[in-house]
Amino acid sequence: MSELPGDLLYTNDHEWLRRESDGSVTVGITEHAANALGDLVYVELPEVGQDVDAGGEMAVVESVKAASDVYAPVAGTVRAVNDELADDPEKINADPYGDGWIVCIDPSEFDEGELMTPDAYQELLDDLDD
Amino acid sequence: MPFIPHTEKDTREMLDAIGAESIEDLFDEIPQELRIEHLDAIPEALGEMEISRLMRERAARDGTPLCFIGAGAYEHHIPTAVWDIATRGEYYSAYTPYQAEASQGTLQTIYEYQTMITELTGLDVSNASLYDGASGLAEAALMAVRANRKVKTNLILLAPGVNPVYEKVARAIAGGQGLRFEWLPQDAATGNVAFDKLPEGLNPVAVVMQQPTFPGTLEDVDRLTDWAHAEGALAIGIANPTSLALMKAPGHWGGEGVDIACGEGQPFGVPLSSGGPYFGFMTCRQQHVRQMPGRIVGRTTDLEGKPGFALTLQAREQHIRRTKATSNICTNQGLMVTAATIYMSLLGFEGIARVAKSSHANTARLVEGLCAIDGIERLYEGPFFHEVALKFDRPVAPVLARLAESNILGGFDLTEYAGTDALLVCATETKTAADIDKCVAAFREAMA
Repeated sequence: MSELPGDLLYTNDHEWLRRESDGSVTVGITEHAANALGDLVYVELPEVGQDVDAGGEMAVVESVKAASDVYAPVAGTVRAVNDELADDPEKINADPYGDGWIVCIDPSEFDEGELMTPDAYQELLDDLDD
Repeated sequence: MPFIPHTEKDTREMLDAIGAESIEDLFDEIPQELRIEHLDAIPEALGEMEISRLMRERAARDGTPLCFIGAGAYEHHIPTAVWDIATRGEYYSAYTPYQAEASQGTLQTIYEYQTMITELTGLDVSNASLYDGASGLAEAALMAVRANRKVKTNLILLAPGVNPVYEKVARAIAGGQGLRFEWLPQDAATGNVAFDKLPEGLNPVAVVMQQPTFPGTLEDVDRLTDWAHAEGALAIGIANPTSLALMKAPGHWGGEGVDIACGEGQPFGVPLSSGGPYFGFMTCRQQHVRQMPGRIVGRTTDLEGKPGFALTLQAREQHIRRTKATSNICTNQGLMVTAATIYMSLLGFEGIARVAKSSHANTARLVEGLCAIDGIERLYEGPFFHEVALKFDRPVAPVLARLAESNILGGFDLTEYAGTDALLVCATETKTAADIDKCVAAFREAMA
């Protein structure tokens, strides 16, 4: 598996997030999660303007063999969703940290304490491999 | 794939493989105090000879009455070939087998079923079936809430012609999840929706209509579908599958057609059997397919390029998604669906249309005969399919009791539904002119 992007933060549930310069937070699922699910066939997105809780269900990613919740890593309001996933959910498999982003949130608060650095997340993945 | 029970040796091998001593060990997690040791009301197991005799005796109690009851379940002729084929060893299970792809024949049957049901209802996709017609409405309502996310009211409006039993079942299943069901006003003369009294601004998630209606009338479903869409609601159409051979498919109601169609599949090859097992059908527009409960069988190609069938959408079902499943009662009534598929294949569209026309003609003859009797008249005006509500000048129950003495089930007592002495009668293609005349004569005698 390729190297984890160093500019992102990660969660226990295999989401990644990026703090944008305007204060918003872009969220997706990690390459590990995408590989574990297999080829994605559908993504259920939240509505723009919807409030999300930190750790709350926000989206559903579905492959042929499983459907999993995507949790909001921070509390806030959904600013944008990646509509292109509706027709092309495999973007998440192809480019999980880029074109495969899922939701952009305007955080109401940002608690970095719950989130993992790339090194910490790498350790989690290494533990899973053992 | 034949359904052969495990031998003791099979069971032993499987237990050894997982390191369990006995089957009992598999239930260790369930605390002893929660287990029921004896089911006192359940008698000891019987042998084949004893159970056959018991069932014959019980069945004989039903007799072989001349039946003019419809009200949601209909007696139709079932060609012998239907159950001859359906009870072959390869088919004879109520469930889609686990590791379903090993049963290509079963999957192909469901695939053919889905194709026929989508054609019949005029919509894009069908699931592999539901439990029955009533729970099908509950599932359709829950599905509408998922599909119409912009509307937050959880309000489902029901046309007065929706089967009242369906409403009860839907309320029982979906009420606990916050859905509210409310009736639209009824026009006393037609029995249908009172269009001049439709509520405004309720912002419903969905509007449910039934064609033909429970009391047998024909609703203006085009207008009601358009009204639902204008209100920002999804339109859910309940249909009798036999009637669809003659009448407009729900997918073509109004300007855009309904969003979800559902109904009771029993008329297609499933015997009345005192109320079940039956099966429910459900179809929808492509755009809502991800919100559809249950599974769909899809056609695909294998690694060698040969066509094959596979279950799709099951990632949302309970065995994978647990409490977050799209539905937790998406029982695929596999055996009933198999019978229905064979029934549809044998009759074809033309055959089903002949059944529908004959049922209509028989009902018309019955109604003409009954309405010539003093004290009986039509409850609602207007056209009908194969069921008609009749108004009586006296309580219906004693009249039905008189008929039962002559082994005739004269109809469904509609008094509670109609709020007046009324009866719902139905004569399908299974009735001869002589049967109908006999029924009319029995009513005349009982009313004299």
